[in-house]
Amino acid sequence: MFQYFLNKLATTIPTFLGISLIAFAFIRVLPGDPIMLMAGERGVTPERYEELATQFGFDRPFYIQYKDFLLNILTGDFGQSFVTKHPVIDEFLARFPATLELSLSAMFLAVLVGLPAGIVAAVKRGSWFDHTLMGISLTGYSMPVFWLGLLLIILFSSILGWTPVSGRISLLYYFDIHTGFMTIDALMSGQKGAFASAVSHLILPAITLGTIPMAVIARQTRSAMLEVLSEDYVRTARAKGLSTFRIIGLHAFRNALITVITVIGLQIGVLLAGAILTETIFAWPGIGKWMVDSIFRRDYQVVQGGLILISSIVILVNLTVDLLYGLINPRIRQTRG
Amino acid sequence: MSTTTDVASASATRRAFDEFWHYFSESREAVAGMVFMIFIILVAILAPVIAPHSPIETNTDFLRKPPAWQDGGSMQFLLGTDAVGRDILSRLIHGSRYSLLVGCIVIFLSLTFGILLGVTAGYFRGFYETAVMRVMDVILSVPSLLMALVLVAILGPGLENAMIAIAVTYTPHFVRLSRAQVISEAKRDYVMASRIAGAGRFRLMAITILPNCMSPLIVQSTLSFSTAILDAAALGFLGMGAQPPTPEWGTMLAEAREFITSAWWMVTFPGLAILITVLAINLMGDGLRDALDPKMKRS
Repeated sequence: MFQYFLNKLATTIPTFLGISLIAFAFIRVLPGDPIMLMAGERGVTPERYEELATQFGFDRPFYIQYKDFLLNILTGDFGQSFVTKHPVIDEFLARFPATLELSLSAMFLAVLVGLPAGIVAAVKRGSWFDHTLMGISLTGYSMPVFWLGLLLIILFSSILGWTPVSGRISLLYYFDIHTGFMTIDALMSGQKGAFASAVSHLILPAITLGTIPMAVIARQTRSAMLEVLSEDYVRTARAKGLSTFRIIGLHAFRNALITVITVIGLQIGVLLAGAILTETIFAWPGIGKWMVDSIFRRDYQVVQGGLILISSIVILVNLTVDLLYGLINPRIRQTRG
Repeated sequence: MSTTTDVASASATRRAFDEFWHYFSESREAVAGMVFMIFIILVAILAPVIAPHSPIETNTDFLRKPPAWQDGGSMQFLLGTDAVGRDILSRLIHGSRYSLLVGCIVIFLSLTFGILLGVTAGYFRGFYETAVMRVMDVILSVPSLLMALVLVAILGPGLENAMIAIAVTYTPHFVRLSRAQVISEAKRDYVMASRIAGAGRFRLMAITILPNCMSPLIVQSTLSFSTAILDAAALGFLGMGAQPPTPEWGTMLAEAREFITSAWWMVTFPGLAILITVLAINLMGDGLRDALDPKMKRS
């Protein structure tokens, strides 16, 4: 198992180097001079230009620039934002909990609804429930999420007036940040109504972001369950007289779980891409909105750092899924290890 | 001699098609999806003829008119008008052209490069294969929309660059798929027979092996066609895709955003157009998968 872990870990290194190379090249292939971009509209004197070029190392050979760049990011130094002058890593860490809270809530909703729906559809294969569910899930899968977000705002915020349109919590509440998760911090603050406010801000973005993973999880759970339910050991269990509940819960579902976990893992990248749109619509102050804003502000140092940080998260999640996979299914460990 | 083989291969194609159609038409959903797709293609081709108004001409006398069935609406503008008085129905009709174009070009680019890299990687193996697959891993580890945004930041906003950016993020899927197919096909006897008969590398790859790898690639193409439309609309929505006044569906949604409380029709119809088109393609894709690829059957 340890050997399997090391092998998996080793394959992530070239991927990470590749990402760093793309991010390194990004600032250098952009149209225009990076120093002039940094200087903004005011421009620079030739002396200042030279100074900046030396400071950022643009006057040295590319391979030395890359080596320094790589050493910097390995020590957590992603440079400073052109606009705010704050270190990129600090800006990232300040916003990441918001995205994490949103993504986890979305995934929680997706699993909570998608998993049981997929199981029931498989067990009641061919029933009206099965057909309806597969229809809904294909629609969810085809949904432009940014449009869904707008529709939810129209319905729940404008017409019904149930939920706020944007942000993470009402401005009425102020408390110290401990975890970065607004719902948990609100609970910890003990202020009356703070938690409800945080939840009401979270619910629409979470539904918007969770729709596609929910559809995918329901579909994949259904087909994984169908495959397992036709296996011999399920028939044997049935022949032994075990209750349907026991067969489905204990025998079939455990084996279908392998597929399901992979699917959930694969959805993390989808979630981060979806977060870009969802956060933009709901003005959710996370890393997705941060990246879009930075691209519009031409804050390319932030885009560069964000690209590496976000991709590293995807790489880490994929690695974790691979490891979980090996833990649940010993066959894979041996053949692929 | 050549005519008899032509006839033989023609009837073989015919048989393959009949068999395909038999399985495909079993699914009512797939046929419904196909019928709707044909409808959209016709709309796109005939757009200038059937659109009641110009898609970009503004009309200050008819700002934000609601749809015909609502108070204040008129039959002149069936689905209402937008903030500068353009007919929404006409813009949707013309918008179908952009969405289909995006789908076609993205699939053409990513399929071509995907097959080129995937087939050669699967055939030559060794260091070349490792290098290609590592690069694909790198592209896949960046969330696709973020990758597309970064590429558009480099290339500049616009529909053409958005299509190139989306094609780059889709290529790895085609590379992986065609490589895996080639590796499993290359071991077969017919490939060996062809090699012994003296077929060269190019012939083996392009003429002997590739046609037998096409089924999963066709299925993947259909499914990617729909996600390409979604991604292009998303980029348009973020202001990085097609630029106003282009009547692209995502761009229309972006323009409608500030009116979501006052003019629901400006937001509802472009999104509905995207949803229905993507749904139709996905229905068709499911049918294609069941008909072409028994291994991927959704059972």
